[in-house]
Amino acid sequence: MTPAEALPGWAALLVAFCVLCGASLTLAGAVGVVRFRSFFERIHAPTLATSFGAAGILLGSMIFFSVLQSRPVLHEVLIFVFVTVTTPVTLMLLARAALFRNRAEGNPGVPSRADMLSSAQGSLGGERR
Amino acid sequence: MSRVLPYPLLTASLLLMWLLLNGFSPGHVVLGLAVAVFASRVMVALHPGKPRLRRWQLIPRLFLLVVADVVKSNVAVTSIILQGKRRQWTAGFVAIPLKLRDEIGLAVLACIITSTPGTAWIDYDQASGVLLIHVLDLADEEEWRELIRTRYEALLREIFE
Repeated sequence: MTPAEALPGWAALLVAFCVLCGASLTLAGAVGVVRFRSFFERIHAPTLATSFGAAGILLGSMIFFSVLQSRPVLHEVLIFVFVTVTTPVTLMLLARAALFRNRAEGNPGVPSRADMLSSAQGSLGGERR
Repeated sequence: MSRVLPYPLLTASLLLMWLLLNGFSPGHVVLGLAVAVFASRVMVALHPGKPRLRRWQLIPRLFLLVVADVVKSNVAVTSIILQGKRRQWTAGFVAIPLKLRDEIGLAVLACIITSTPGTAWIDYDQASGVLLIHVLDLADEEEWRELIRTRYEALLREIFE
């Protein structure tokens, strides 16, 4: 692999910008996990890291290696696709476990199954299929 | 065709993935092809419904729409996090009745909703087709119902159903 010094200035700036953006978004996500007040709010914070946080860092990596090896490097596209496709699995698993537990304990603030169905029915105002 | 290659699209994407990961060489084409054909035949055992793409021309539009929305909500959620206690927000659940029934379409919708910061897919009731999402900055429930149904569901139904 070519050493990083071989990278031209414009590419170095571009790579630094992308990586910095991605890293800042990921950091913001981490801060959010601390700042938010409940489980269901916290679940939103890591998606910053898995969407554009990851995209920024991966874009930087793509530019870096494409410029150095003077051929397009596409591994990062695959990484991004896999991250995007697998995140919902984990998030849904966590969310549904939390929902199940909250419902079983009868905690307020979480809609029961009947609440959920009736609120959806109500919103339709009779135009049910 | 369907006996040897039950999922031609899956086989092709697996081969493409293999070549992207390992670099292009005749040896890797053969090896990747073997892996792809074997893996897609294993897939038969899982009996997934065959995805039917009715109007694939709409996929780029959906993609651009999602990218734009993800950018917007990244900015919105980051600003909520950084402003901390100075900004008030109300999080809450929204139940949305969906007409979309296609499994692949629902899976895509789950990916979209989850990868958009600020919305999270919580529960889906298969019998009634009611989806429960959690929204971080919930101003108006009805607005969110309309948003999901007109922006994404309508497009996904056109593509998959």
